[in-house]
Amino acid sequence: MNLLEARDLGVRHGDNTILHGIGLSIAKGEIVTIVGPNGAGKSTLVRALIGLEPAATGQVLRAPGLRIGYVPQRLKIEAGLPMTVRRFLSLPHRVTDSAASEALARVGVPGIEGQQLAGLSGGQFQRALLARALLSSPDLLILDEPTQGLDQPGIAAFYRLLSDLRGQTGVAVLMVSHDLLVVMSASDRVICLNGHVCCEGAPEHVSAAPAYRALFGAGEGGVLALYRHHHDHDHDHDHHHGGGHPVRGAEGDHHHA
Amino acid sequence: MLDPFLLRAGLAGVGLSLAAGPLGSFVVWRRMAYFGDATSHAAILGVALSFAFHLPLYAGILAVAVTVALFVSALGGRGHQTDTILGVVAHSALALGLVAVSFLPAVRADLSSYLFGDILAVGWSDVLLIWAGGAAVLALLAWRWDGLITATVNEELAQASGVDPGRERLALTLALALTVALSIKIVGALLIAAMLIIPPAAARGHAATPERMALLATLAGALATLGGLWASLVADTPAGPSVVAAAFVLFLLSLAGRRR
Repeated sequence: MNLLEARDLGVRHGDNTILHGIGLSIAKGEIVTIVGPNGAGKSTLVRALIGLEPAATGQVLRAPGLRIGYVPQRLKIEAGLPMTVRRFLSLPHRVTDSAASEALARVGVPGIEGQQLAGLSGGQFQRALLARALLSSPDLLILDEPTQGLDQPGIAAFYRLLSDLRGQTGVAVLMVSHDLLVVMSASDRVICLNGHVCCEGAPEHVSAAPAYRALFGAGEGGVLALYRHHHDHDHDHDHHHGGGHPVRGAEGDHHHA
Repeated sequence: MLDPFLLRAGLAGVGLSLAAGPLGSFVVWRRMAYFGDATSHAAILGVALSFAFHLPLYAGILAVAVTVALFVSALGGRGHQTDTILGVVAHSALALGLVAVSFLPAVRADLSSYLFGDILAVGWSDVLLIWAGGAAVLALLAWRWDGLITATVNEELAQASGVDPGRERLALTLALALTVALSIKIVGALLIAAMLIIPPAAARGHAATPERMALLATLAGALATLGGLWASLVADTPAGPSVVAAAFVLFLLSLAGRRR
């Protein structure tokens, strides 16, 4: 019943191992967020799940006929390329005017069809990208740091929007985020990544997990700790969690329901 | 009142613009200007090979242009600094071509017409080839249009939507090589890239969508060809450079008329 599943996934860039032993799964209608320090391989993981990065080990399994709507981390529109929002929504598959305007209204930016993509504000731009992703009627939305460059209210509004969309359409959401505080309130499940899955589970359990605290520190200080993190943290205490506990330690444990 | 040679020249130039407008737009959007230079400078080497091995002129140029374009694409993917590689190839291809030509008296005597074109000397067979080739380039671009545009906006976005960016890149590379081969008699190896870049640059400020920019670039290219021919006739200037100069005038006018 999983939409997408990674089994023992590893990714290498040349001699560097970026990811190893990744096991994760996304079920229908779930909102899952990947958090982790800079260089943890979050974007690489997303790219590997979509098929943009070859897997060095393991595999990625997709439900048959799975439709993925992808919102990339950065999208720079070349200055020489004129592109209205309306035209962009029809890439690569043409959509009707009514479908386009409905998608824009749904993500909260109605009527911007005629504007140039390059002239949009950061928030409008992210929503236009999201509208395009929605037009393929995806089963799973994959967003790589969708709120980069947005202010705090903008971030909160964007997550509310994702949660609303999930409520309306039942779409599952997998995203990478740096916005720890909001993530914790907006996600069903959080995956804490640092080259491997350090821990995962419901937000309230993950935020209490030793592996998470080792990465981000505890409580409100978490955001700052993100940038002071040392990569040689110790995972040994992960294994002290009992079998029925919602937080799973990662090493040696890749079996997911 | 219209001399046949003028008619042929006009038709050849307009036929080339049909391909060069949309293709040149991609060259601008994808920052491939130097890539265009490298491929077009290789045309001189193609001319030399054609004469040395008694091949049809267009076949020799096409073969060399395709080889160089694919070679550069392959090197670019291997972590070399792309504009350095392009610079190496563009200038080396031109230099090697000029050296090769020096061994061929027939080409040597006529070198400037290959470097700068000789649009007033095109025959009906050239016109036919240019239109057929131009139509082929246009058909290739039209066939892959939405995928090409998506891959141009963002390769990852394209791949996630089921478009293979590598295949789109190959389509453009082949279209570029074909256009270079078609252009040699019209503007010559040194100025082909100009006809790819200047008309789209003139169109940019007046277009809201990629399709409109490609269309305007085609019109600008055709207008520049006819304007350049006229100037060449009236002022007895060399035709190829006059066409490029006319395109440049259109570009300047487009800046003045740009709404901000």
